Amino acid sequence: MIVASPKSVTEVKEIIAAHRKVLFVGCGTCVTVCLAGGEREVGIMAYAVRMARKLEGRPIEIEQVTIERQCENEFIKDLAEAVDRNEAILSFGCGAGVQAIAERFPKKPVYAALNTQFLGILEEQGVWTEKCQACGDCMLADFGGICPVTRCAKQLLNGPCGGSTPEHCEIDNDMPCAWQLIFKRLKEIGQEDRLKKIRPPKDWRGSSHGGTRKIVRNDHRI
Amino acid sequence: MTAPDSGATPASPAAWEPKVLAFCCNYCAYAAADLAGARRMQYPPNVRLLHVPCTGKVELEHILEAFEKGIDGVLVAGCLEGGCHFLEGNLRAKRRVQRVREILDEIGVGGQRLLMVNLSAAMAPTFVERVREIVETVRKLGPNPLTTVKPEGAKSE
Ligand code: SF4
Ligand code: SF4
Repeated sequence: MIVASPKSVTEVKEIIAAHRKVLFVGCGTCVTVCLAGGEREVGIMAYAVRMARKLEGRPIEIEQVTIERQCENEFIKDLAEAVDRNEAILSFGCGAGVQAIAERFPKKPVYAALNTQFLGILEEQGVWTEKCQACGDCMLADFGGICPVTRCAKQLLNGPCGGSTPEHCEIDNDMPCAWQLIFKRLKEIGQEDRLKKIRPPKDWRGSSHGGTRKIVRNDHRI
Repeated sequence: MTAPDSGATPASPAAWEPKVLAFCCNYCAYAAADLAGARRMQYPPNVRLLHVPCTGKVELEHILEAFEKGIDGVLVAGCLEGGCHFLEGNLRAKRRVQRVREILDEIGVGGQRLLMVNLSAAMAPTFVERVREIVETVRKLGPNPLTTVKPEGAKSE
């Protein structure tokens, strides 16, 4: 899922400082699961911003709504009436959600309440880690299902580096070395031979280095 | 849970008495308060007890709502660490209280107005002591600043 983290109350307050009536929009999918932009997080931010603004002598009116998915027009369109009633929109969706809403309502200012971080998983309650950089040409088959593009600090495709230890990556004591994990796992599944192949430099054109990406699937078009 | 302004009336400074809300867990804090009552121990009448099943049931929103509505101080009272009836409800409450204190500091209401205490059902004197402590802390801090902000326009001097 997409993992995001909330901006501070102070930053959110600055972002919407010019407005007196703002619609806070939560998203019920990834950012709800990662406890950053769901109904509850919207509510907590609303309490904090309302109190802060009242203390400044410039009260703000906040309307709150959480939709199933902010990155789909099908769900966004239900916001129309609430959008009309407010001066601006503060989106608690990921970057894609914020932009989808902005496209749908071109005349309203739309702001982001979260910092969208990465594609990752819940490691344990309250801890998320990055697993994929959406490079556009997945190589997991070669590496026992462990992604060196994302999880090796140097993005080595022919690792490990000289600083690797069984305990951790040389640049971060809190992170395991991806290459140690890759080797261990390939051994466990009897595929160490895969490591004999020297991999040429990765073609990054399919990644963000080639500009904004777009997928067209004619079989699904109507 | 949205909280429109409750219209908490700003009291005149002379007449002001702190208002404190105490979330008390069923198994320890509420029982301790009960025991204090049965023993006729005196504690300030400024505190209102709110009986909750466990401090782990107290969410950030509940505390924030109380402050938005104009409460001057909040006490979250649970079992001793390691002694929670639900094993770790009070440990979760501790982290949440810490988070709300950060928010209160950040927005200018003041994190010191929120206190968590841990006690057993037999610790009535501790309960009384802690209630006095929060009432005195809040008395020194003054009213919840949200209840004393001047209406818009009346601010400039
Ligand atoms: S190889 Fe690319 S697509 Fe596959 S997990 Fe790594 S970053 Fe993601
Ligand atoms: S220690 Fe491992 S994960 Fe870290 S940079 Fe070197 S090879 Fe990559």
